[in-house]
Amino acid sequence: MPLRQKILAISLSIGLIILIFELVRRKKLREEYSWLWMFTGVVIFILSIWYNLLVFITHLVGAVLPASTLFFFGIFFLVLINLYFSARVSTLSNQIKELAQKHALLESRIDEYYRKKKDEPED
Amino acid sequence: MDNKKAEILVIIPAYNEEKSIGKVIEEVKENAPEADIVVINDGSTDNTANVARRVGVKVISHPINLGAGAAIQTGYKYALRFPYRIIVQLDADGQHLPTYIHSLANVLKNNSADVVIGSRFLSNQKYNGPRIRKLGMKIFSVVTSFILRQKITDTSSGFRALKRGAVDFFSCIDYPPDFDDADLIILTHSAGFCIKEVPVAMNERESGKSAIAGTKLIYYGFKMLLSIMLTLLRGKPHKERRK
Repeated sequence: MPLRQKILAISLSIGLIILIFELVRRKKLREEYSWLWMFTGVVIFILSIWYNLLVFITHLVGAVLPASTLFFFGIFFLVLINLYFSARVSTLSNQIKELAQKHALLESRIDEYYRKKKDEPED
Repeated sequence: MDNKKAEILVIIPAYNEEKSIGKVIEEVKENAPEADIVVINDGSTDNTANVARRVGVKVISHPINLGAGAAIQTGYKYALRFPYRIIVQLDADGQHLPTYIHSLANVLKNNSADVVIGSRFLSNQKYNGPRIRKLGMKIFSVVTSFILRQKITDTSSGFRALKRGAVDFFSCIDYPPDFDDADLIILTHSAGFCIKEVPVAMNERESGKSAIAGTKLIYYGFKMLLSIMLTLLRGKPHKERRK
């Protein structure tokens, strides 16, 4: 791997890891999601300092160029992350539905309560 | 459980139906004066809730728009607070004629079914919808009838009546939030409830747009087929109590 590429890849991955740490530290990103991104950063870092590993994987999956291996796994990983988030969004939508329903029902009970109270003659 | 004397509760889910809801409520009151009415306002941006309140019915408002299925389910959850025995649901757009409330409810009173669907195809009325929709309805009716081994003619009818037991079941499951049609009928069947259809006439829509039009129609077809398949794969449903 040319030196420039190596420097770029290493600095990008270190930057990514620092950014994730910072987001988690400032509580902008919940720990439960951070592992996914941390994993991405670490994988990029390992591949950039250990080029032979990339060559080995390229060999293993039968790709011609190490670049295609990177792209393939990169895109595959993004698909997985998207799928994971779709699942999370589904769960969240369900939770929001439950909350909104409960909210509506409670609000109607509170209305009922105050109406009844208003109708009762004051002593 | 709170004290209410009525035996029947009519649930009217409404999303931006200020033009038609008043008339629908009046007609329900006329045709079923003994029934209680609750309007589930599904996050309307117009005056739906106020119009309904003005004619003196209970209104429950979702803080956001959740979809027709979710609105129905809120109605079920509300119904269970009171000792209603029969729950009737009809659309706020004036499509479903309240004159038929009793023909639906009577089937339940005779104990010959747990869920009754008002079918426009059992009556002699001709349905004048777009051809693609007619075809879709036919396909879903054939598929549903095949799975249930019982003829179901109108899978997309939202004019239904349910016994308390069925309402209790539907209030606890993951009720389909958007469209609750063929997949729901199959789910009802696999949960062991007895379904019957009765002939009803339906109006053309008085105002507003159908919830299923344009690209949504394609999504509807896809979603419904997938949902039917999954319902079958999942087998007998269980209630999920989430308190």
